[in-house]
Order: sequence, then structure tokens, then C-alpha cells
Amino acid sequence: MTGRIGVVTFPGSLDDGDAARAVRIAGAEPVRLWHRDTDLQGVDAVVLPGGFSYGDYLRCGAIARFSPVMSAIIAGAGQGLPVLGICNGFQVLCESHLLPGALIRNDHRHFVCRDQWLRVENDQTPWTQDLRVGQEILVPVKNGEGGFIADAGTLQMLEDENRVVFRYVRGNPNGSRADIAGIRNERGNVVGLMPHPEHAVEDLTGPSIDGLALFTSVLNSLVNA
Amino acid sequence: MPRVVVDVMPKPEILDPQGQAIQKALGRMGFDAVSGVRQGKRFEVEIEGEVDAAALAKVEQMAETLLANTVIEEFVVRVEG
Repeated sequence: MTGRIGVVTFPGSLDDGDAARAVRIAGAEPVRLWHRDTDLQGVDAVVLPGGFSYGDYLRCGAIARFSPVMSAIIAGAGQGLPVLGICNGFQVLCESHLLPGALIRNDHRHFVCRDQWLRVENDQTPWTQDLRVGQEILVPVKNGEGGFIADAGTLQMLEDENRVVFRYVRGNPNGSRADIAGIRNERGNVVGLMPHPEHAVEDLTGPSIDGLALFTSVLNSLVNA
Repeated sequence: MPRVVVDVMPKPEILDPQGQAIQKALGRMGFDAVSGVRQGKRFEVEIEGEVDAAALAKVEQMAETLLANTVIEEFVVRVEG
């Protein structure tokens, strides 16, 4: 079985090409989805890539959240469709209330672009099952508004319910609360993270190939489903 | 045309790095009595027809769902003019 994984392109998406490439390198078939699509073409999972959807107008991800394709993705996520939001995709997932909290401007006010170590905190999601808890991975992070924030009750809930999936280690690049780099929804099928695993899938261009595990994870979760 | 204004501000407990940057710049310009700046957004929504309670309720709904992210922002709706 070859998994078919949708990669959404919004106006202003930048990393849709790399995300589709990562899907292909992982051994799955990337299916390009357009923001106006109302049909997900029967894909087995969806990646919302990084970039600046709709020019980051209003708030990052706020306008993308109301695009036609998001209605289909929100409905699918409710039925267990695996969804991964990377960077701007994470912002879209928070704006869609598929994930709690919000991403605000980096506390130091600068755009950050560097290779970043992350610690895996949860390996029970379809996007992280090929990783193991405590493992550290190196992937690029690049954002201006990547500070994860939520109220105290929500932060406590994320910890109590083991919903932090990745945490920044060896330095927090953006002021995210509790060093949170990525989280999951209650069911676990929806995961969002600020760093870019799709840029760490080949030795030639990435600081590691650690990011590939997210894409092989979802493919293996489909095979074993 | 009747105009409804929606003011959106970051919640008081939310860090506002843009406001901080503006405050620092003001200090450099010699406005040294400024003890704080917070940056928000103002939306001017023009409404066809009468701005009655139902129309205002619609603008509240717009603010709640799109204009503001109530996780981090608060908003006020008012009629101007």
C-alpha cells in the first residue's frame, strides 16, 4: 500500500514543495491540494506547510482557516484524519481551534532562522510513532511569530494529558511557554509544530535527516491501521 | 454609510513585543515620559442599511470568529458617527 498524503498550497505558502518532496522521500505519494478545493481526493493524511498564507494578513493563519479546503480538513480531522501543521500550518491549526493556544511574535522581536534541537515528548501520534520519547532531533526553525502561548489552565492541561509532542532543547528560539515546540489534539491525529521537519530529510540540504521520521511515521501508521 | 468600529487589543497578560519596540523607539526620540505602549487593530466595518441590534450582533460575530483571536485578544464593538 502506498499512502497518499495531501499537501495544501495556500496563496503565500512557501514550503509546500519541500513538504511534498519529504512525503515522496518517505515513500508516500504526495497529492497537491489547492486552498479552494472542497474535496480532499481521498487522501490518507494532510500536511499544512509553512509560509505566509494570505500574506499573514490579519493574523498568521487567520484567513487560511476560513479557506474552503480547511472546512474539509476540519471535518476530516474530527473523524481521525492525520493532519500535520508545520510553522504557518501550526498557526492555521491554532486559528482553526483544532489545537489549543496561539502563536505570537517572538519575544526578542527578531525573525529567527537556525538549526534547532528538539526533544520528542510523545511518540504515540501517527506523526511521531517512528521516534521515541526522549530522543533529540535536529531540524531547522524559521519564524517571526512562533512564540507558543496559552493560558495557565491550558498549559497545565497540555502537560497533564501528555499533549506536548516536541520541546525545544539547548535554547528556546522564540519565547514559547514551557519550551513548547509542538503539540497534539486530544485524539492525537492532529499535530502542529513550529520547526520544519520537511527541511531535514536529505543530507545535501538539511542539518540532519531527522525530520524524515515524521513522514515515515504517518506512512507506517497507515500501513498498520 | 453607517460605520461600525471594532477595536482589537492584545489581552493585558499577553506580551506585546511590537508595543515594546514602539516604546523603545519613542524613548530614543526623546519622548521619555512614555511608560508603556500596546499596539492593537481598528476595523471599520461599513454596513448596508440600518445599524440595529441585529446588525451589531452580526459584527460581534465577525469579531469573535475572524477579526479577533479571543485566545490572545479582546475586542470592543461600537457605532461611530
